[in-house]
Amino acid sequence: MADDARAPLTILWFAWLRERTGTAEERLSPPADVATVGALVDWLTASSPRRAAALQTRNTVRCAVNQDFAGPDTPIRPGDEVAFFPPVTGG
Amino acid sequence: MATVRVQTQDFDVGAEYRALTEGHSDIGGIGCFIGTVRANAVGPQLTALTLEHYPGMTERAISAIVTEAERRWTLLGCTVIHRVGSMRPGENIVLVLAASPHRQAALDATAFLIDWLKTKAPFWKQEAFADGTATWVDAREADDAAAARWQNS
Repeated sequence: MADDARAPLTILWFAWLRERTGTAEERLSPPADVATVGALVDWLTASSPRRAAALQTRNTVRCAVNQDFAGPDTPIRPGDEVAFFPPVTGG
Repeated sequence: MATVRVQTQDFDVGAEYRALTEGHSDIGGIGCFIGTVRANAVGPQLTALTLEHYPGMTERAISAIVTEAERRWTLLGCTVIHRVGSMRPGENIVLVLAASPHRQAALDATAFLIDWLKTKAPFWKQEAFADGTATWVDAREADDAAAARWQNS
C-alpha cells in the first residue's frame, strides 16, 4: 500500500489468535523475499513460539490484507496491514 | 440509502424502521431480522456474549454485502446494525431491515444479508459462563451452507 520500500508491515491478531500471541498489533519488517501471505505465515511461524502457536492450525486461520480477505498467494508489500483471525462468527 | 452501523449500544427497532421508511410511499414490504443472545440449554449457564470485530474492515465488509444485495434485488433501502462488546442472554445482537416494492425481494434480501454477514464480516463471539470459563464460538458448517445457497443466484 505504501510506496516506502522500508515501511514495516502492520500485523493484527484477533480473537484466540490474539490471546496466543499476547498482542493485538505489531509492526514487523520481514525480509524482502517474504512476498505472499503464505511466505509471511512461514516467516511468522519461525519468528516466535507465540506466533507459531497462533498460526499452528493453519487451515482454520483466516487472513486479510489491507482489510480484504486474502489467501496464501495474495501478495504482501511493505506498509501493508495484514490481519490474522479465526473463521468469523458474527450475526 | 443504506444504513450500516457497528455500535456497542442497543438499537431501537421501531426508530430504525421509521428512519428507513420515512418519506417513502413506494415500499411494498420490509423484511426484518433481529439476532439475539440465546441462553444455552445444557452445561454451565451463559452469563455474557462478547462480540469482537475488526474496525474498518467490518464496515467495509458489511457495505460490500449490502452492495451485493442491492445488485440482486430492487431495494428501496436497507439497514444493518451489528453490536459489539459484552451482551447478556436475551439482548439484541444484530438488526437487518430490507425495504423493497415487493415482499419476496424484501424477504430474500433480508435472509441473504444475514447469511452473508455471518460468514463474510469479521466478527468473533466469545461466550462466558457462570463457572468462570470462557470459550470462543466455533464457526458452524450450517452457516457456511446457508451462505452458499446464495452463491449461484
